Amino acid sequence: MRRITRLSRFNIASLALGLAFLYLPILILVIYSFNASRLVTVWGGWSLRWYHEFFNDRAMIEAAWMSLRVAVSSATIATLLGTLAAVALSRGERFRGRTLFSGMLYAPLVMPEVITGLSLLLLFVALNAERGFWTVTIAHTTLTMCFVAVVVQSRLGSLDRSLEEAAMDLGCDPVRAFISVTLPLIAPAIAAGWMLAFTLSLDDLVIASFTTGPGSATLPIRIYSEVRLGVKPEINAICTLVIALIAVVIVIASLASKLSSSQGESAAPL
Amino acid sequence: MTDELPRTSTASNAAGGDPYPAAGQPLLRIEGVTRTFGTFRAVDGVSLDIKAGEFFALLGPSGCGKTTLLRMLAGFEAPDEGRILLGGKDIAQALPHERPINMMFQNYALFPHLSVRDNIAFGLKRAGMPRAEIAIRVAEMVALVKLEGLEKRKPDQLSGGQRQRVALARALARRPQLLLLDEPLAALDKKLRESTQGELMELQRRLGMTFIIVTHDQEEAMTMADRIGVMKAGKLAQVASPRELYEAPRSRWIAEFVGDINLFDGESKLRDGHRLVIGTRDAGALVVAEPREPVGAGRLAVAIRPEKVKLSRRGPVSEAGRETAINRLDGVIADICYLGGTTTYKVKLDTGGTVQASVANSARIDVDAYSLNQHVVAWFTPDDCVVLPS
Repeated sequence: MRRITRLSRFNIASLALGLAFLYLPILILVIYSFNASRLVTVWGGWSLRWYHEFFNDRAMIEAAWMSLRVAVSSATIATLLGTLAAVALSRGERFRGRTLFSGMLYAPLVMPEVITGLSLLLLFVALNAERGFWTVTIAHTTLTMCFVAVVVQSRLGSLDRSLEEAAMDLGCDPVRAFISVTLPLIAPAIAAGWMLAFTLSLDDLVIASFTTGPGSATLPIRIYSEVRLGVKPEINAICTLVIALIAVVIVIASLASKLSSSQGESAAPL
Repeated sequence: MTDELPRTSTASNAAGGDPYPAAGQPLLRIEGVTRTFGTFRAVDGVSLDIKAGEFFALLGPSGCGKTTLLRMLAGFEAPDEGRILLGGKDIAQALPHERPINMMFQNYALFPHLSVRDNIAFGLKRAGMPRAEIAIRVAEMVALVKLEGLEKRKPDQLSGGQRQRVALARALARRPQLLLLDEPLAALDKKLRESTQGELMELQRRLGMTFIIVTHDQEEAMTMADRIGVMKAGKLAQVASPRELYEAPRSRWIAEFVGDINLFDGESKLRDGHRLVIGTRDAGALVVAEPREPVGAGRLAVAIRPEKVKLSRRGPVSEAGRETAINRLDGVIADICYLGGTTTYKVKLDTGGTVQASVANSARIDVDAYSLNQHVVAWFTPDDCVVLPS
């Protein structure tokens, strides 16, 4: 027991190094976002100046607002479609081409984003669609739907089929049985899937830059173009806010997944 | 426990169906039901009548099709052929929620997100019962299965035995015409299983409900059921009362499946009035009573239950008024298995075979107990033998 629970010095050192590797850059960014100095690398004392600057930067606020709208709507659509796909995959056991369908659903997980972005751009151009909010939203839905499907499907897979049968036995038609028994039990996984989709959409640069149009830049696109002209301390402040938002979402998502696992037999993978 | 539940169909009856058929009237008729999965015939031309108020057990080894048959009654599987008539109406293709039948699942299938109360009320809400009546019915059910005080618990806060009771209460709450129980006691430990068996029987009698239970445990089936249907490879091998099944099994397979038995293969030699002499390889010539249904010539098996084989040191002990023709086998004790209430002796016969004899331990200190390698005489009467086609 002792050997397993106690960490050796080597373990502690490697853990510290690993955590530092992951979080030191972010920590430095957060600290410098409170820097009073105009120069990014010189410390000039604590200040909220750059947060103030950000909230007065209309273009940046607009980009942030655009990003939030895209993230919320694409996550919502992706959750709906991803959940339906997961239900079809885990419940319709006998339909033809099931393996092909699941393979195709999961392909975007491993597809390079450049390819997804480019192919969507070609599609939108071919359809002569005006590029802007809706094209980015559709593109992000395509990207995040498969993540939702994976999360929800694993929860459905661990769910006992006889629960739905019991509901039908007690007077539910199949649709009612799904709504009154299955849905409440997979709700935490659906919520976790939504939040995953939300964060994926919020920080996507590649696909968004392929599919957006003039005048509707998302926050990552805006930040990227600003940084190319030189890093302003204001960027640090924006990034800190984004980190805070994502951290909150991730915490809620993991709590939801924990709730899901305490209700059922096994947890959603998050 | 509450008073006897009203059994007449009222406006609020959740099952909403026809009044219950009187006890003894036919309730369920299964006609030539077949279900195939691919090329595998899980249930193969089963026909069966079940009377109202009956406690019926489907018994068989795993994979014999008993659960598939039960699932067809519940509506989770549709038969490929045949009809299922409930009160004269064919329900073979009806969906589960359209049948006045409820099922208790093997793993209980309690809804983990609902409390005990909501689990029991689930089917009543779906039936559109008014709230006040639901509360009364739930309280009734909780009292019936002795779960008072646990109404607000979630299933994962209950013990195995308590969960089993919730599942039972939930299935009974709608007052179905027919209750199906899929291995209801399999997950309980032995002591709890035995007491629950008794409670289930008492409940069934009190509610006058028709129960069909699926089990692989022959003791459970024998204890609880009025009639037992033994299934083998998708077919009903025998439908009989527990006693008939044990004392007059129809085939060698059933004889071996239900309880312990000694079997001697042989051939019919001669007929003497209502006696038959059968020459066996392992036990010599045995005199048996002629079976009611004539068995064909050729290879036969003589079957005798271990508790009907008597042992003594010198020879058969004659009892006044009992059978005079007696089968006598000489041998030595080869194995002793003490089981508490009884002791099973394995006797190696001089003729080559072995016979098992089960002897009641009727005295605490038994000076007459047999010991290993002791010479004994095993004997039994012709009437205690069953002749089976080999």
